[in-house]
Amino acid sequence: MAFNKENNSYTIVFAAIMVIIVGSVLAYLASALSGKIAENERFEKQQNILYAMGVNENGDGGSVNFVPTDRVEAEFSKYITEQLVINGDQITQNDEAYLIDLKKQIASIKKGETAELPIFIGEKEGNKYYIIPMYGKGLWDAIWGFIALNENMVVQGVYFDHKSETPGLGANIKQRYFLDDFIGESIVSNNQLKGIAVAKGNNDPENNIKDDNEVDALAGATITGNGVSAMIRESVNLYKDYLETIRVN
Amino acid sequence: MALLSKKDTNLILDPLADNNPITIQVLGICSALAITAELQASVVMAISVLFVLGVGNVVISLLRNIIPTKIRIIVQLIVVATLVIIVDQVLKAFAYELSKTLSVFVGLIITNCIIMGRFEAFALGNGPWKAFLDGIGNALGYGIILIVVGFFRELLGSGTLFGFKVIGDPVAKTGLYATGYENNGFMIIPPAALIVVGIIIWVQRSRNRALIEEN
Repeated sequence: MAFNKENNSYTIVFAAIMVIIVGSVLAYLASALSGKIAENERFEKQQNILYAMGVNENGDGGSVNFVPTDRVEAEFSKYITEQLVINGDQITQNDEAYLIDLKKQIASIKKGETAELPIFIGEKEGNKYYIIPMYGKGLWDAIWGFIALNENMVVQGVYFDHKSETPGLGANIKQRYFLDDFIGESIVSNNQLKGIAVAKGNNDPENNIKDDNEVDALAGATITGNGVSAMIRESVNLYKDYLETIRVN
Repeated sequence: MALLSKKDTNLILDPLADNNPITIQVLGICSALAITAELQASVVMAISVLFVLGVGNVVISLLRNIIPTKIRIIVQLIVVATLVIIVDQVLKAFAYELSKTLSVFVGLIITNCIIMGRFEAFALGNGPWKAFLDGIGNALGYGIILIVVGFFRELLGSGTLFGFKVIGDPVAKTGLYATGYENNGFMIIPPAALIVVGIIIWVQRSRNRALIEEN
């Protein structure tokens, strides 16, 4: 060996060189790929919003199938007729409302500042869909999603996603059988906008009862399920004033 | 095998049975408990570890003569973290769907003790080819246990395999469920994995009594 590996200055020089190499490789990679990654994330948001309003490629199988990325932009502008931003009493049109990060907006509401809340209005086969974004926390990290409502405040579709819920347990909130349970549930309880609870022991595994504001929970994923309930409740609460203006029932 | 010498073959085959990282060395238990509720998650994790351990062992082995002893653990950690981040970023750009599936595994891979264990115990003292074989062998040994545990937990806990209902529909009471059979909800929570791993260890040691430690 030419070097003395125990030498302090060798150790420091080695650490410095390693940090510079690793740092520049990662920095180069991050900047080279950032455009492509941002595009993928944009497509994903459009796919999720469309999925919630029922524009997807779901077949008879039990899997979730989005509109393919090469068609998603065209479909998005076809089905999403309006993108609104709610800022206090002001409602403005904004064609890039879907890029607003709900996490930041919720954080500024908590600080008492004003927030810009996006809402999307979709139209399909003569029916109107009001799609609101959601953001909350599961067991390990963030969960988020979109919920599509009609004028009667009945859920037309949902999509949930998560950052790092346990595979096989909490991660199943993005499975089709869980998402499909929400369709047809009403978020109105005692004439108030409440949301939908993910309930253990609601004794309705096939989810035939649609007016109980409950869907059957996932076994082994209690905390993620509670997170989903809280997320829906809080998001409905955020958009309450707007939803009351469109509600007909 | 003509391609591999007997010693090299043993590097791959030993960790599959008599020197299994999970059942004999009791490493990597955390991920074996956490993600084996479904067979698919087990398979994904096994493949990810196969890749990271194979490549990581080679990198550490190539660097073994220049890594300062005092900071070797930090260097190992940086190598594995860098590899995982590179793969994660490239997948995010070119295979977004796949990267979504794998994202939850990233943290589990970096902290997997088998990876650090093999870097420390083998790659630092052996050449790249041997280190590669050792990495592949250990990852396969780890993967086999994960898949066996995932198989039993998903079958007994949810009545499915890879998400397919293989023994009937528990809600509509068809197939095996028509006879009164019920899924065992206990199987999908992590303690059940510990019991399944325990049974595997029991079976393995009663078949090969040389593995039983003296107390």
